Amino acid sequence: MRVLETGNHLVALAANAAAVEVVPAYPITPQTQIIEMVAELIVEGKMDAEYIPVESEHSACAALVSASLTGARAFSATSAHGLAYMHEMLHFAAGIRVPAVMVNVNRALGPGWNIWCDHQDSISQRDTGWLQVYVSSHQEVVDTVIQAYRITEDHSVLLPLMLNLDAFVLSHTYMDADVPDREEVSRYLPGYRPLWKLDPRKPVTHGSVVYPVDFSETRESMQLGQDNARSVVSRAAEEFRDVFGRWHGAMVDGYLMEDAEFLIVAMGSIAAESKVAVDGLRARGKSVGLLRVRFFRPFPIEELRELCAGREGLLVIDRDYSYGMEGALYTEVKAALYGHQVVPARSLIVGLGGRDVTHELIADYACKAWDGQLGEITWGDSHITRAHEITREVLCEFEELLDT
Amino acid sequence: MRQMVSFKDLPEEELFLAGSTACQGCPSSLALRIAFKALGSNTILIVVASCTSVLQGSYPLSAIDLPLMNVAFATGGASASGVVAGIKAMAKKGELDEEPTVLVWAGDGGTYDIGIQSLSGAAERGTDFIYVCYNNEMYSNTGTQRSGATPLGAWTTTTPGGKAQHRKDIAQIMIAHRIPYVATVSLAHPLDFYQKMLKAKSIKGTKYVEILAPCPPGWKFPSSQMIEVSRMAVQSGMWLLYEHEDGETRFTGATKRMIEGKVRKKPVKDYLEIQGRFRQILASPEGQKAEDMLEEEVSESIRRLQGWVPEYI
Amino acid sequence: MSRDDESVGYITSISRPVKGCAGDTGEWRVFRPVKDDDKCNNCLLCWVYCPEASIAKDTLEIDFQYCKGCGICAVECPTGAIEMVKEEKR
Repeated sequence: MRVLETGNHLVALAANAAAVEVVPAYPITPQTQIIEMVAELIVEGKMDAEYIPVESEHSACAALVSASLTGARAFSATSAHGLAYMHEMLHFAAGIRVPAVMVNVNRALGPGWNIWCDHQDSISQRDTGWLQVYVSSHQEVVDTVIQAYRITEDHSVLLPLMLNLDAFVLSHTYMDADVPDREEVSRYLPGYRPLWKLDPRKPVTHGSVVYPVDFSETRESMQLGQDNARSVVSRAAEEFRDVFGRWHGAMVDGYLMEDAEFLIVAMGSIAAESKVAVDGLRARGKSVGLLRVRFFRPFPIEELRELCAGREGLLVIDRDYSYGMEGALYTEVKAALYGHQVVPARSLIVGLGGRDVTHELIADYACKAWDGQLGEITWGDSHITRAHEITREVLCEFEELLDT
Repeated sequence: MRQMVSFKDLPEEELFLAGSTACQGCPSSLALRIAFKALGSNTILIVVASCTSVLQGSYPLSAIDLPLMNVAFATGGASASGVVAGIKAMAKKGELDEEPTVLVWAGDGGTYDIGIQSLSGAAERGTDFIYVCYNNEMYSNTGTQRSGATPLGAWTTTTPGGKAQHRKDIAQIMIAHRIPYVATVSLAHPLDFYQKMLKAKSIKGTKYVEILAPCPPGWKFPSSQMIEVSRMAVQSGMWLLYEHEDGETRFTGATKRMIEGKVRKKPVKDYLEIQGRFRQILASPEGQKAEDMLEEEVSESIRRLQGWVPEYI
Repeated sequence: MSRDDESVGYITSISRPVKGCAGDTGEWRVFRPVKDDDKCNNCLLCWVYCPEASIAKDTLEIDFQYCKGCGICAVECPTGAIEMVKEEKR
């Protein structure tokens, strides 16, 4: 069914199409439209799921985990501080190996309070054991929610998945998209068949105390699940294309990459904007392509090694920062290439707290990076405003207090 | 009316299996045993991080013959909401013959302190489950630190001079949630406990049951005295047995007889003196004051409860 | 890729219920409950109060493989039929 909807509403419609059975959720801007629509669909009898109006995100993730462990298909959505508040339970969900799916609407973490887009929230949850995918269009939102359960519920994976979409740029903008109905989806995504669960017919203890002598293997097993996910992600994308005729890439996606001498590497909506930048640069005769990292976990190591080989340079765009180091995507890209490819790379930090990132800006920095005019790390849209000057004045006044 | 039961009526089947990692005389082990006898094998157990996470044994063996999920400290209520919703979904698909009872088992740390929000949320949502708090009045699992349930004057490793504050009354907080059933029980009165669990199982909605769980190493008394300390807690009024249903409270068992004047209330001091955790405060110049304050706490608790009892209103 | 075989694929913290998950916990005992059958009136209190589920309901026999010797049965027995006796050195 073709609809004209916000990215958030498309998430809810896709979750319904994926026949999710339990939805624990707690409202937070900019995610609220998702759970409002889920609640509405249930009340209208259009969605057959149990909605749990939890009292916090920590509880949302706890209920997500326990519902999933009963064998039900569980779904939730959150953002920023909500995701941060879940942190303990994110580890728990991966550690107890439930194939739940959660949408995170990427938003900056305060203070200063900021409800707009950046990737700091999900990047900060990098090491929790969740699969992480970043989407860049409305249709990809729909299709990836559906693909997500194919990936997580595969018995060789059994790890939760976090689907990240950019606040406002994707979450609140309306776009025409196709939402397949449940019947169609069920041909691609059959019901969840748990390998283990809470079942009175088979009483076992889940989440036991594990002593040092046995612990490491449980963690290596999680890594194996992540490793296995690589091929499952590709299979899920390919079979999705066979059934629905749509393709958004698998571990990575690319745009005019094949003959490109220089690559922009980006995630989320900045990657979509980068396509426009690439078009502009191509029109100016510059052989630039886009490598969009779709899955951040597992990280597309092999794909990067293959796709970056022989390029003259990379510009890696981060909408996040690992303080005391650099942009997280930049770190990962370099780590993937280390010892395999020698490709000059530059890091661009832009779009924090929802600042608009234009294709002109991206194109400009791509040229500068290629021409060797950029230092290693560039805060590309940083400039002092009148507001910052007022802060300086206030700080001066504090300094005067120190002197009195 | 409750049916009269005797020890003979308690099922022989043990879902708490012998040879666990619990300490000698562990009140949680005994409480689990009796609760399981009331609830039976069609029960899903959620264990909140506590001594019970440890006394059940460790990977890959378990002392608990039920489907059990160990959960994070602050998540008892939310985990129950998730399981109950999941069960509904499974039942809709015909994957469950009979919907299991969902039981959360948490200590006082996981209930009074870190888990109160999650419990409150589940109660407000009306999640259909039984929440049992086994209250040993301290963080026993981490080596006996103070909790919101630690009584005034008690020694813990983080109140080396005795706790300066009163404990909170969480059962009353649960009553304020307007849930259908709240009960307190004592291990010295196992039939009362058993019957209250049966009743909790029969009622739909959120049920809260709290057990006083005297911890031999934490409270510093010999393991053989565990039932005796439980009994004395009731006799002194430091632990009041009652159940709250349909907006009314009923004192039960030994507490009822005490309130009705059929047996004399023992002084709080008798209870304090059979444990090591009050030894310090009793020997100090503050001892008498602490004792008086605890006696007043008991009287105040009884008066508050009587406000819910029809014959006293 | 950490290893070729998939042997760690499903290693998660799941445990199987068994009697004696902590081994023969009877070895923890310092004192041993000794029951005088002549004094026992089969009231079942010892069975009910045993925290370790180590007394049989039908025979009231103590399972010394698991009894940790907490002594609750001896204290609570209304007829004084159970006595705690120091364990001999093993």
